Amino acid sequence: METKEEMTQPVIVKEANTDFEVRSLDTICINESRIEHSWWHLLKYLVAGLLFGILLVKAEVISWFRIQEMFRLQSFHMYGVIGAAVVTGMISVWLIKKFKVKTIYGEPIDLHPKQFNRGQIYGGLLFGAGWALTGACPGPLYALIGTGATVIIVTLISAIAGTWVYGRLREKLPH
Amino acid sequence: MQFLEWIKQPWPWYVAGPLIGLVVPLLLIMGNKSFGVSSSLRHICAACIPADIPFFKYNWRKETWNLFFVTGILLGAIIATQFLNSGKPIAVNPKLVSELAQYKIHNYSSIVPVDLFNWPALLTARGFILLVVGGFLVGFGTRYAGGCTSGHAIMGLSNLQWPSLVATCCFMIGGFITANLILPAILSL
Repeated sequence: METKEEMTQPVIVKEANTDFEVRSLDTICINESRIEHSWWHLLKYLVAGLLFGILLVKAEVISWFRIQEMFRLQSFHMYGVIGAAVVTGMISVWLIKKFKVKTIYGEPIDLHPKQFNRGQIYGGLLFGAGWALTGACPGPLYALIGTGATVIIVTLISAIAGTWVYGRLREKLPH
Repeated sequence: MQFLEWIKQPWPWYVAGPLIGLVVPLLLIMGNKSFGVSSSLRHICAACIPADIPFFKYNWRKETWNLFFVTGILLGAIIATQFLNSGKPIAVNPKLVSELAQYKIHNYSSIVPVDLFNWPALLTARGFILLVVGGFLVGFGTRYAGGCTSGHAIMGLSNLQWPSLVATCCFMIGGFITANLILPAILSL
C-alpha cells in the first residue's frame, strides 16, 4: 500500500502542473515533507488551531457586528487586528528567510510565490460579498460553531458546496 | 485573579493582532505549513465528494494537518466561550446600533446577531440569503480567489506577494459594496 502510494506521487505532481495552476492558486501539496510521521504528530496542528480559535473569539473578529463596523468604517478594531497580524507575519517571514530558520524536524522552510490570475479579482469580490453577509470567513465559520451558534453548521456546509461548485465549473470560469 | 478578569474581556487589537500574526511562523516552524483555512473546504470535498472532478483528485491525506488545524479552531472557540467569557453584551458603535434597530435587530448578547442567525431564520428569505447564500459565496469566492483572509491577507501579504494584495483589496471592495448597498435591502426583507 505504502509503495503504491509512493509510486503514484510523481504522477500527481505532473498532473497538477499541467492542470491550470492548481498548486500556485493555493497551498495544496506544495509543503511536502519527505519525513513520514505517525498520525499523532498532527496533534500539534490541533493545538495551533486551538490557540488560533481562542484568538478569533476573544478578538471578536468572528462577530458579524464587528464585520459590519469594518465595512462601514465605524471601528478601527478589525483594521488594527488584520494590520498588526500582517506586520507581525511579515517580520516573522523576513526573520525566517534571513536566518534560514528550519522546522522542528530540521527541514528548510519553503515559501511559495502566488501567481496572479483574474480569479483573485472575481473570486475576491464574491468572497467579500459573502464575508459581509455571513460576517465570517472560513476560519470563523469553524469558530462560530464552537461558540454555540449551531446554525452556522448550515453555512459551513453551504461553503463546502460553494467550493465544490467552483471545482465543478473551474474549466469554464475566466481566470 | 485580576489577570483572569482581564483575559475574559474582549482582547484589544494590539494584543490579538500580533498573536494572530504569530500563527504564520508557528505553522512554518512546526512543519513547513503555509497558514490558510479555506483549503480545508477543498480537502473536505476531495475526501467526501470528489465526483471525479480533476480539482478534487489529489492526495488529500497529505493535507490532513489542515483538517486537524480547523478542528482545533472549533475546540478553541468552545474553550474561549465556556471559560474565557465575560458574559457581557458585545459593545458596538452606536451608529450601527441605531441602523440595525431599523431592522429589529436588538440582541447583542451573543457574538452573532441572535435575531438573524437562528434555526427558524433559515426558512425566512432574509435568513436564507445571509446564512446559505452567504456561505456559498464564501466557499466559492475563496477557492476562486485561491485563498481567504488567512491565506491571502495574512500569509500572502506576510510573504510580500502582490497577487495577495490584489485579492485582499477585492475582498474589501466586495464587502464594502455588499454591506453598504446590498445588505440594507436584504435586512428589510
